[in-house]
Amino acid sequence: MKNKAKINAVEKTAKSIFMICAVIAIFAVCSITIYMIAKGTPALKSVGVLKLLFGTSWAPTANEPAYGILYIILTSIVGTAASVLIGVPVGLLTAVFLTEISNKKLAAIVNPAIELLAGIPSVIYGLLGLMLLNPFMYKMEKMIFEDSDTHKFTGGSNLISAVIVLAIMILPTVVNVSASSLRAVSANLRAASYALGASKIQTVFKVTIPAAKSGIMTGVVLGIGRALGEAMAINMVAGGSVQIPLPFNSVRFLTTQLVSEMGYAEGVHRQVLFTVGLVLYIFIMVVNLVLQKLRKGANTDE
Amino acid sequence: MMETAKIKVKKLNLYYGDNHALKDIDIKIRPKAVTAFIGPSGCGKSTFLKTLNRMNDLVENVKIEGEVLLDEKDIYAPGVDTTILRKKVGMVFQQPNPFPMSIYDNIAYGPRIHGIKDKRKLDEIVEESLRGAAIFDEVKDRLKKNALGLSGGQQQRICIARALAVCPEVLLMDEPTSALDPISTSKIEDLMEDLKKKYTVVIVTHNMQQAVRVADDTAFFLLGELIEFRETKLLFSYPQDKRTEDYITGRFG
Amino acid sequence: MNDNRDLSFQWNRRKINDVILYALIYICASLSVVILVGIIAYVFIRGVGSVNIGFLTSVTSVLKGTVGIAGNIVNTVLIIFLTMILATPIGVGAAIYLNEYAKPGKLVSLIEFATETLSGIPSIIFGLFGMMFFGQTLGMGYSLITGSLTLILMVLPLITRNTQEALKTVPDGYRQGAVGLGAGKWHTIRTILLPCSMPGIITGVILAIGRIVGESAALLFTAGSAKALPKTLTGIFSKIFESGGTMTVQLYLSATSEGDFDTAFAIAVVLLILVFLINIGTKKLTKKYDVTREK
Repeated sequence: MKNKAKINAVEKTAKSIFMICAVIAIFAVCSITIYMIAKGTPALKSVGVLKLLFGTSWAPTANEPAYGILYIILTSIVGTAASVLIGVPVGLLTAVFLTEISNKKLAAIVNPAIELLAGIPSVIYGLLGLMLLNPFMYKMEKMIFEDSDTHKFTGGSNLISAVIVLAIMILPTVVNVSASSLRAVSANLRAASYALGASKIQTVFKVTIPAAKSGIMTGVVLGIGRALGEAMAINMVAGGSVQIPLPFNSVRFLTTQLVSEMGYAEGVHRQVLFTVGLVLYIFIMVVNLVLQKLRKGANTDE
Repeated sequence: MMETAKIKVKKLNLYYGDNHALKDIDIKIRPKAVTAFIGPSGCGKSTFLKTLNRMNDLVENVKIEGEVLLDEKDIYAPGVDTTILRKKVGMVFQQPNPFPMSIYDNIAYGPRIHGIKDKRKLDEIVEESLRGAAIFDEVKDRLKKNALGLSGGQQQRICIARALAVCPEVLLMDEPTSALDPISTSKIEDLMEDLKKKYTVVIVTHNMQQAVRVADDTAFFLLGELIEFRETKLLFSYPQDKRTEDYITGRFG
Repeated sequence: MNDNRDLSFQWNRRKINDVILYALIYICASLSVVILVGIIAYVFIRGVGSVNIGFLTSVTSVLKGTVGIAGNIVNTVLIIFLTMILATPIGVGAAIYLNEYAKPGKLVSLIEFATETLSGIPSIIFGLFGMMFFGQTLGMGYSLITGSLTLILMVLPLITRNTQEALKTVPDGYRQGAVGLGAGKWHTIRTILLPCSMPGIITGVILAIGRIVGESAALLFTAGSAKALPKTLTGIFSKIFESGGTMTVQLYLSATSEGDFDTAFAIAVVLLILVFLINIGTKKLTKKYDVTREK
């Protein structure tokens, strides 16, 4: 009898310990949210919501400091959108190659390449962008803006470089998620299409991809999340001025603003940086919610 | 038994890797008639059906020898474009497999991939095909709704309409009613009476009564061989081969 | 009307369309291979010359005239160790709770929502939070422990999810069998479920180590960037409460503020080799794991 009571006690303790482990995730998300809000809102008061979020002038260390982060927000949106526009088609077609077209031998080359791309640390992408993309961009810049009086030369650190780096970085995510949803499309549908006289390519683009739509969308949204949150790699290639996100402009993203100024900012400047963090956090949370909706939708479809 | 043949098969052998799945099949299929393939499962009847529109090409490791002549032209000759072949030889599958799109887009899929873009022409084809598959009246008010919302029997008739929309000459049906309820089955069997006026219909069935009801000719397959092929009435009344007799009297299968 | 048309192949618009799309697909698929090969080739050509024993065992010092990342290697190892020793039990425990104890309901969906959300938060946000909460509120400052505590939150979903997947593949028969023999749940978990799902857990751990090795944004403002080597053996313990930059953070600093590209590329070589090893490791494990699943 005593033994049984002991076992019961052990069982109960085990259960509560496991439960505590599981609940840590909830605590983490809650405290991150609370901290981001608590630290991110004071600047809205001290600088003013309009001046902060819709101001276009960023001069935190000037005598009359200005803290407008509109261009930073726009850069993140434009940069993310552009990288997704490049990365998604390339990723989707690569997924099509892997699942529909390639034989096993070729897939055995492409697949590991994509896995490795996913594992390469972002600073290495940044380093290569810095050494290879930026000099190339500088050459193009010199050609294009030769006679321009208004263009501020960047030495090649610009939005395009950042977009290219981001597009490469989201590629593995898009490929993997799309490939698994293409694989999940029933062979019956492909057979029906072939039996009507459709070619392989027609079948892929008119039946398989539409049928895998929701999975592919998940990949796109995951890609958006990755691109929005990437900091170090693009901080190395995007330059450092807060400007309108034009292709050859040196720009600041929400993330790169944090990386490059958090180290030394003080006072209101620091508060504003936390607001930048909060804006980023809100974007990410929206992306996360969309993602979870998509996943739930996909589950109920099956 | 017949003077003209829509499809002539000569000495057809098919291998899945080392497995000799079809052995020396010779058969002539009459135009504008229903031909049924019967036999126990695994006898090769479905595999044989798929050689008639080269759907077996999609399976890895398949080797096919012999000739399949469609209107006297060998469909396995080098240079044959399977997309043109499959437009002429349509197919309906065992499981209803409408695309996850609207009823209209399902039917218009075939014409569209073959290059028809004109909206009015497509409307016409869709209506005609749906009427041809005896389902127009049931779905005419919801052509824009997703085809997956229909019942299994309706889905199968949508699939038949989809196959008709590319104006095939031959319609292959691979156990088209085995996944359906009796009422839907009888609707599709009735439909076959109409279909054979315009098309050459070949149906695989494991249901002998169905063969008796719908088929003009019946072929009995066993272990990859064509055992007997005659007019349906004759085959079921006076089987010539002992194995056919055993099968239709229910001794095995 | 089509009766007399030949069956043989003819060029038409849709065939040309097909060829164009085929070409695009091949180009895109080769792109990722080309990029990967390009990255590896370039990094190795630029960096491999600077990687030698001295580079791996000494510390960069202007006084001694040495260049090396020994300090960063020690920091990396310490951070991995500190993070995993806490994150592994928590992540595995969470997975066990979700798969073995919890009944579907509000709490479970909340936990799963939180885990999903955590895995979607970018590392720079973890960095900010770690800096504010562990660094300032809890007063740990820039230190390895601040960095590790931050990283725990980041890698937790990886371990939880991989363990959950592994637990799912353990046949229910094993559980029923154990319960049938009178074993308690905890006993079943310890003696049957955990051993059976070990390959999955290890896969999660290796993936997490991979993330830590590659991480920079979450560490820059939490663990800092010091590169000195602990002078004594006990120094290793006190190092936990001091600032220290991992290899990846050092790469970033070398390539940006320090402008020392030789060191940056040399570190990149070391990191790429680690990435390969981790990749091979997880592959081997998942293969093993698939085999057990088939049986």
